[in-house]
Order: sequence, then structure tokens, then C-alpha cells
Amino acid sequence: MTSEPASLAIDDVTARADAIVVAPEAVLSQDAEHIAEELLAAGEAVLESWLAAHGQAPTTGTVEGFRLLALHRQGARGDPSFNACRETCREIVYHRNLIRLETGVSERARRVRLAAMVVRHLALFVGGKLETAGLGEFCCSSRPLRQSEFSETRTV
Amino acid sequence: MTGKYEKVAYYPGCALEGTGHAYNRSTKAVGEALGLEVVELKNWNCCGAMEVKNVDPKLQTYLSARNLSIAQDMGFDTVMAPCNGCYHNLKKAEYDLARDADSKEVNARLSSKAGHRTYEPGTVETIHALDWIKHSVGEDGIRERVRNSLAGLKVANYYGCMYTRPRHIFPEKDKGPGSESTAKPHFMDDILAAAGAENVEYPLKTACCGGAHALSDSDTSTKLVLNLLTTAEACGADVIATECPTCHTGLEMHQVRAEKVLGRKTTVKILYFTQLLGMALGLSPRKVGVHENFSDSRDLIREKGLA
Repeated sequence: MTSEPASLAIDDVTARADAIVVAPEAVLSQDAEHIAEELLAAGEAVLESWLAAHGQAPTTGTVEGFRLLALHRQGARGDPSFNACRETCREIVYHRNLIRLETGVSERARRVRLAAMVVRHLALFVGGKLETAGLGEFCCSSRPLRQSEFSETRTV
Repeated sequence: MTGKYEKVAYYPGCALEGTGHAYNRSTKAVGEALGLEVVELKNWNCCGAMEVKNVDPKLQTYLSARNLSIAQDMGFDTVMAPCNGCYHNLKKAEYDLARDADSKEVNARLSSKAGHRTYEPGTVETIHALDWIKHSVGEDGIRERVRNSLAGLKVANYYGCMYTRPRHIFPEKDKGPGSESTAKPHFMDDILAAAGAENVEYPLKTACCGGAHALSDSDTSTKLVLNLLTTAEACGADVIATECPTCHTGLEMHQVRAEKVLGRKTTVKILYFTQLLGMALGLSPRKVGVHENFSDSRDLIREKGLA
């Protein structure tokens, strides 16, 4: 699934997710499928920001049918700490799929709100990492940030 | 009781002696209540956590390996680490020592210099507290021992990001039925459901808590935690169950900070899964250290008949 080209900035994504979370149930339910696609595109926009900040051209390819997952894979290449948002991306896809299957008004609205919250988490996570470059390495611990920096002075 | 993991070496790690003391207390109390024995590693050291690893990953590997060698010296083939960071680091040391010649060389050199046995990979298995309970007692064993069912308590199970990442250091996960999933972990869900809890669907169970940003960029951490809390509330949770002292402390501290700095009050409570399980097994809230939490869940505990 490749959604509309994304162009939102991370702050815009957060603001839009905030607005969706508090929107009336009837609105969310009625436009559920459209909003689900919008949220998928918003997730892609967040990952595009990450890639752009690292001088990479975002892929147009897909993984398991979704560009969001392909963008995540691209973003994590050479930066394992970025895998901390892998499941978050998969949850966005999962919720998008569930929204399309759901028929109940309340349940559709609830799913849309949850999807928005997951997208918001992705935006906050990536935004935080971009703001404080490299910090994610601390939590990931897979490929230490300062490995090369310290390689010459290591004492052990 | 399956016979597996009935007696294990216990590596609490630094956090469980400090901010995660309630986790330490409740883990031991639950073990006792379930008839499981833990023997603390003698003279254990820091696992290398995040700080050492970022300066010198091979030194971190050595620090974790030293703990594994202590377990070996004490005659154990299994060490249980309740902290996600420690669990992750010990697993990573095991992985690196089995595959990376440089890590192996540094470990041998430092072990010799320090005058202790050089840890040989493959001799001690590292497990998490969730593995310990799930595989030793299991859901049926828990159901048999429940005295105060958690029925009526809605729980969002939050695993954090280090329990399942990176996948390659956890070869026992993703092995089909009965094994843990790295994409959608469920051991905590299984254990608490067996104790009567109603698990809510929580889409952020492995999402980042912002722990890495806690000191240098508190606002990011606060926003991430606030999103975890509000999402749990949107899912209908009364409680977020945790299994990592760093995540737990982050959730508690930033819940307070979110109200103070962002003016956003959330009421969902935060408890270690061992505290919830302990109370279900009939232990008092005090025995499992509920009074040590920042998140005051005493009213909820009384309301649910767990006190």
C-alpha cells in the first residue's frame, strides 16, 4: 500500500493526531477509512523527515505491501536504534487494516483514535531523536554511538 | 510446577537496589509465594548498562560476562534478571562472546587481570523474570494459587523497547506457540490474565518510553510518556503493568511532570507486574512494595479488594 505523497512536518503530524484524538465519534466513524489513510501518510511523512535529515532519498518501494514499513527499514539501515519504532510502524499498519474491517460506529472511532495515538508516538519519538541527535543509541545499545570516537583511546 | 527454573541465580542489577527497589522486593516475594528459589549472585557488578556500553562496548561485554561467570562459579546454569537493561546486556554479552573474537579476547584478558574465571558462552542461560514465572509455574500454576483474583482490573501491559530488541540476541523468542513474540510480546499478559486481570489491547506495549532522553531532553520524555499514559487510558486501562525499572520510573516521574509542565493530568496507575501478581497471590500491598511507588495506587487497590 502506497499512500498519497506525504509532505507534513513532524509538528504538523503531532497537531493533526491531537485533533483526531479529540474529534467527535460520529466524524471519526464516518471518515474512518479516509483518516486511516491520512494517518498512514502522516507516518510516512515522519519517516521521510528522518531520512531527509540523514541525507537519504526516501524509498518509493514497499515492504509487505506498505511504504511505511519500507521507509522504516530504510531508516533503520546502519542505525539499529531506529528499530525502537519498528513495532510502532507495524501498529499503524495494523490499525489501518482493522479500521477498514470494522463496521461498528464506536469501534471504528475508537480504532481511529488509537491509530492517531500511535502515529503521535512515532512523531514524538522521531522528533525527539532528530532534536537530540544520537541519543537513541543509548536505549538501543546495539551499535554504540561513540564507538569510533573512542576506538583510539580505549584502555581495555 | 514444571520443574524448570525452580532455583535460579538472581541478578537484581543496580536499578533494583535504587529506584526499582519495589520491583526487587516484589520479585523476591512472588518467588517465595510461588515456591521458587532465587539465590543472589555474590559480589555482582553493574552490567555495563548504557553508559559503559557507549564508551566501550567490549568493556560492557566483560562486565556482563563477569556476572555470568559468578553464576557459573556458584553452580548455576540459569541467571534471572528482572531489569530489561540487565537482561538485554547479559544476552548481548552471551551473543557477542559466542561470535566476536575481539570481545572474547578482551573478556579473557580482563577476567585474567581481575583474577576470576573467564566466562565461556553457552554455559549460563539468562532469563527475564517473565520467563522465570511463565516457564516454572505457568498459567495453570498461577490460577491454582490465586487468592485475590485481579478480576475487574483492566491492565495495559507495557514491555518497553529492550525486552525484545534486537531480535538476534534472543534466539529463544519467536519460536511459535509457547515462546515469546518480539513483535507482540505476551508473557506478562498471560501471567496477569491467569491471575484474573482483564488485559486491554494496548498498541504501544513495546514503544519507547523516552528513557534515553530523561536527563538531556526531559520534554521529549514527558511527551512520550504522556502519550503512553493517555493511550492506556483510551484503551480503558486502570493500571499500566511494567517489567522494567527504567520504564516504570520514567512513567511515574513523567506522569507527575506532565501535569506540572504540560498541565495534563492522567489517572492511570503504574505498578510492576510482580506487585499485581503478588497481591493476587495474597501478599499484602506493603509486602510487594506498593508504598514505594510514586504512582499512588492504594485507593484503586482497596477498591478492587486487593488490600
